[in-house]
Amino acid sequence: MFKFIIRRIIQTIPVLIGVSILVFSMMHLVPGDPAQIMAGESAPKEQVENIRERLGLNDPLPVQYFNYVKDAVQGDLGNSMRSGRDVTTEIGARFWVTLELAIYSTVLAVFVGLIVGVISATKRYSFADTSLMIIALFGLSMPNFWLGLMLIQWFAIGIDLPSWVPFINDTSWFKPSGWGSFAQVVLPVVTLGTASAAIIARMTRSSMLDVIDQDYIRTARAKGVKERVVIYRHALKNALIPVVTVVGLQFGGLLGGAVLTESVFAVNGMGKLIIDSIRARDFPVVQGTILVVALLFIFVNLAVDITYRYLNKRIDLD
Amino acid sequence: MTSAPNSYENILELNDLQTSFFTKDLEVKAVDGVSFAIPKGKILGVVGESGSGKSITSLSILRLLKEPGKIVGGEIKFKGENLLDKSEANMRKIRGNEISMIFQEPMTSLNPTFTVGQQISEAYKIHQGLNKKQAKQRSVDMLKLVGIPSPEKRVNQYPHELSGGMRQRVMIAMALACNPELLIADEPTTALDVTIQAQILDLIKDLQERLGMGVLLITHDLGVVAETCDYVAVMYCGKVVEYTDTKTLFKDAKHPYTVGLMKSIPQHDQDIEGDLAVIRGSVPSPAEMPKGCRFAPRCPFATELCREKLPDLVTDEEGNQIRCWIYSDEWDGDPEVNVHAETERTTESY
Amino acid sequence: MSQSTEHIENTRTVIKPPNPRFKNWKIVYRKLKKNKSAMVGGFLILFLIIVAIIGPYFTPYAPSTQDILNKLQSPSADHWLGTDNFGRDIFSRIIHGTHLTLIVGFFSVLLGGAAGVLIGITAGYYGGRIDSILMRLMDILLAFPSILLALAIVTVLGGSLQNVIIAVAISSVPVFARIVRGSTLSVKKLEYIDAMRALGASDARIIFKHIFPNITSPIIVQATLNIATAILSASGLSFLGLGAQPPQPEWGAMLSDGRNFLYNAPHVALFPGLAIVLVVLAFNMLGDGLRDAFDPKTKE
Ligand SMILES: Nc1ncnc2c1ncn2[C@@H]1O[C@H](COP(=O)(O)OP(=O)(O)OP(=O)(O)O)[C@@H](O)[C@H]1O
Ligand SMILES: [Mg+2]
Repeated sequence: MFKFIIRRIIQTIPVLIGVSILVFSMMHLVPGDPAQIMAGESAPKEQVENIRERLGLNDPLPVQYFNYVKDAVQGDLGNSMRSGRDVTTEIGARFWVTLELAIYSTVLAVFVGLIVGVISATKRYSFADTSLMIIALFGLSMPNFWLGLMLIQWFAIGIDLPSWVPFINDTSWFKPSGWGSFAQVVLPVVTLGTASAAIIARMTRSSMLDVIDQDYIRTARAKGVKERVVIYRHALKNALIPVVTVVGLQFGGLLGGAVLTESVFAVNGMGKLIIDSIRARDFPVVQGTILVVALLFIFVNLAVDITYRYLNKRIDLD
Repeated sequence: MTSAPNSYENILELNDLQTSFFTKDLEVKAVDGVSFAIPKGKILGVVGESGSGKSITSLSILRLLKEPGKIVGGEIKFKGENLLDKSEANMRKIRGNEISMIFQEPMTSLNPTFTVGQQISEAYKIHQGLNKKQAKQRSVDMLKLVGIPSPEKRVNQYPHELSGGMRQRVMIAMALACNPELLIADEPTTALDVTIQAQILDLIKDLQERLGMGVLLITHDLGVVAETCDYVAVMYCGKVVEYTDTKTLFKDAKHPYTVGLMKSIPQHDQDIEGDLAVIRGSVPSPAEMPKGCRFAPRCPFATELCREKLPDLVTDEEGNQIRCWIYSDEWDGDPEVNVHAETERTTESY
Repeated sequence: MSQSTEHIENTRTVIKPPNPRFKNWKIVYRKLKKNKSAMVGGFLILFLIIVAIIGPYFTPYAPSTQDILNKLQSPSADHWLGTDNFGRDIFSRIIHGTHLTLIVGFFSVLLGGAAGVLIGITAGYYGGRIDSILMRLMDILLAFPSILLALAIVTVLGGSLQNVIIAVAISSVPVFARIVRGSTLSVKKLEYIDAMRALGASDARIIFKHIFPNITSPIIVQATLNIATAILSASGLSFLGLGAQPPQPEWGAMLSDGRNFLYNAPHVALFPGLAIVLVVLAFNMLGDGLRDAFDPKTKE
C-alpha cells in the first residue's frame, strides 16, 4: 500500500511538469504579441514595452518557463494586469469559495445519488425505479447554467402561489446571487450538484445490481442476515468501490462546472475570476487560476486513486 | 420453536416439492415434485447431472430463491414443521442457525470487503446475541475446529488473502458456527483440486459425526457418495428417480439412469459430468420435456409405456424408492430385463 | 478463438480472421430495436437533423429580424415561444440555431474522436515507449477539468464557434484515447493478430483491417455519449460569451441573453435551455441504448 502511494505520487510528477508547461505556454500561444494584447491595441509603445519587461517576456522561453516554475513553487504566480495585485492574493479567498461550492455540491450529489441509486436497484423495474432513472437522465442532460437560471426564477425571484395555499405567498425563498449565507448557498450547490447526483445515482444502481447477484450476498442471506443489513452492509460496501472513482471524477467536473455556476450566481470564486480575467485579457490571473484548479484536481484524483486501491483489496498490486 | 418439539424421525422431509422459474413464455419446472427424507444425524447424498435441479432444491429448502424462481407446491418439513408456512422473520432465525448452507464456489461466496472474522462473527451476533469480542473469540475457535492454522492471524484477514481450500474451510466454519441441525452442502468441493477435495469431505464427515447434524450433500461424484453418505437420492430433470441407502445403491442400483451413472464413474475420481458418454444423448431442455418418463429418450430399455406415461416414485418393502416402469406390474417390456448387463450396449451409439 | 487459430494453421495461405462483426451487428440492431428509450432518442435525433436542414425554410420569422416594439413578449399565437429583448422571434431563432448545435456536437466529436482513436490505437498497438509517452500526454490533458481545458483553449484561440469546436474536440481526445487503447490491447492479445504479424502483414494493414473493425463498438458508444457532453460544453462556452458571437442564434448564447430578463420575461432563457436539454437527452438515450446493445452481457 505504502509502495503504491509512493509510486502513484511519483507518477504525477510528469503530469505536473506537463501541466505547468501548458499553462505557461498559454500566454505565448495566443496569436500576436501578448504584451500588446494585455496593454490594449491602442496602448502607447512604452506601456507595451513596460509590460514586456515586467513579465520578463524578453528572456528566452526556457528561461521564462524556469522562472515561472521557480516563482510558482514559492507561491508567486505573478501580478494581475488589472489590479496589480499578486495573483496569489487575487485567488486567495476565492479558492476557498470555489472549494466550498465544489465540496457542498459533491456532498449533496453523493448523498442524493447513493439514496436514489440504492432505492432504484432494490426496487428494480418498479415504478419508483423507472421514474428515478428518468429524472436522473434529465439531471445529467441539463446544462447547469440553464438549471441555475431556472432555479433563480422559481426559487429566488419566486412564483406567486395561489391564495388557497396557507402561510406562504410565493416561492422566493433563496437569494439569486452571492455566497455565504444559507439562502445564498442553496441554489448554486443544487445547480452544480444535480448532474453529479444523477451520474452517481446511475452508477450506484448498476453497481448495486452487479453486487446483488454475487454469491456472497446469497451467503449473507443464508446466514440469516436481515434484508436491510444485506443491502446496506454487505452489498453497498462492495457497490461503493466503483462509485468512489466516479465521485472523484465528478469532483473534478464540479471544479470545471463551477465556472458556469459561479457566473450564473455571481459567486466570487475562482471560476468567476477566470471568466472576468479572460474578458479583461488579464493573462497572469487566468494562468494562475487554471494552474491552481488543475493542481487541486490532480490532488483529488491522487486521493481518489489511493482510496480506491485501499477499498478494493481484491486488485493485486499490478 | 417454543412449543414442545414434535416427534420426528427425519430432520428434513421434502414432500412433492415443486419449484418453477417463470420466464416470459414458459414455466421451467426446475424442481418437479421432489420427495426425500434425511433421518436425524445422517448424510443424504443427492446426485444427478448438471441442471437436474439439485441446487434449486437446496435453495428452496432455505427459501433463498431469486426471481423469477418460486416454490409452487409441496412441503418442506424441518423437524416436523413445514418451512413454507413460516414467516420471513422466522425463516431468518432458522437460516445460519438451525440450517446452514455451504456453496459451490468458495472463491466468490465470501464477501471480499469483510474480514473472515467479521463474516463468521455475524452469525453469532445475529443468532446468539454475542458481542463483538465474544463473537470474535468464537470465530477463532471455529477456525481452529475446521483446521485452519494460526487462526488468530487468519481471523483478521480478508478472503483474498486465503487459498480456495482455506476459503471453503472458512465457509464451513461459518456454516457450523451456530451448531446447525442440518447442513446443506452444495457441491462443496467441485471448485477445489483433488487433494483438497478429500480433506474438505473428511472434515465435513468428521464434524457431522461429532456434532450429530444431518447433512444434505449435493455432488456430481458417486465416489464421494460411496465414501461419505448414508443415503442417496438420484435426481433427473427435477425429479427423484431413485432413493436408497448407499450400500444398496452400489450393490444393486435399479434405475437405468443410476446404473448409467455408476458405469460412467471414471477411474480417476473425476466429475461424472464430462464423462457421461456412457449414457447416450443429453438432458432434455425444459421446453421439450418428454411427457412420459423423463429419461425415456435416453434409456436403452424404454418402451411405449415409458414414453407415454410418467412412472410414480414407488416405495418397496425395505423403504427404497424407485421411479421406473421396469419394477412395476404394468411393465410391458422384456420381463427378464437386466439393467446392469444391458447398459453396456449403449456405448455402441457413441 | 481457438477455432480461428486452427483455421489459420490449417490453411496457411488464406487467412480469414474471425469476423463475428456482421452477426454482432444484427444482434445489436435487434437489441436496440427493443430498447424503447434508445429508439426514442434515435428518432429525436433524426427529427432534429431534419429540423436543422429544412426547418429554416419554414420558420415564421427570420432569425435576426428585430422588432423592438414587440420585444420580450410572452408566448402567443404570433410568437409561439415569445420574443427576446430585440423583439426577435425565439421559435424561429431556436429552429435556425439547431444546425449550429448539431454541427458543434458532431464535428467536435469527429475531430476529437479521430485524434483520440489514432492516439489510442498507436499507443495500444505499439506499446512500450510510444505508449507511455502518449498516455502521459493524455494524463496531462486529463489533469484539467474538461470545460476548463476548453476554456483555456478558447482563450488562446479567441472566441468563435469554430474555435469552440476545436477546444471541445481537444478536451475530448484523452477520453477516446484511453478507451481505444484499452480495447486495442485486448484485441491485440487475440492470437490471430500474432499470426498475421508472423505472416508479415504490415502494421498499417493489421491496424486498419483487423484491429479497428474490432473496436468500433466502444468508439460508437463513446462518440454518441460524447456528442451530448460536447453540446453541453459548447453551449456553456457560448453562454459565457466565449463561443458563438451575436447575432448567431446559438442556443447557449440565447440563454445568456435571457439571463438579464428572468424577472419579466423568463421564457427568453427557458426555451433555448429546453432545446439544449432535448438534444442532449436524445444523444444520452441513444448512447445508453447502444452501450447496452453492444454489451454481450445484456440479454436480447
Ligand atoms: N434463473 C433461472 N431462470 C430459469 N431457469 C432456471 C434458472 N435457474 C435455474 N433454472 C433451471 O433450473 C434447472 C436446475 O438448475 P440447478 O442449478 O438446480 O441444477 P443443478 O442440478 O444444481 O446443476 P449443477 O450440477 O450444474 O449445479 C436448470 O436446468 C434450469 O433450467
Ligand atoms: Mg448446482
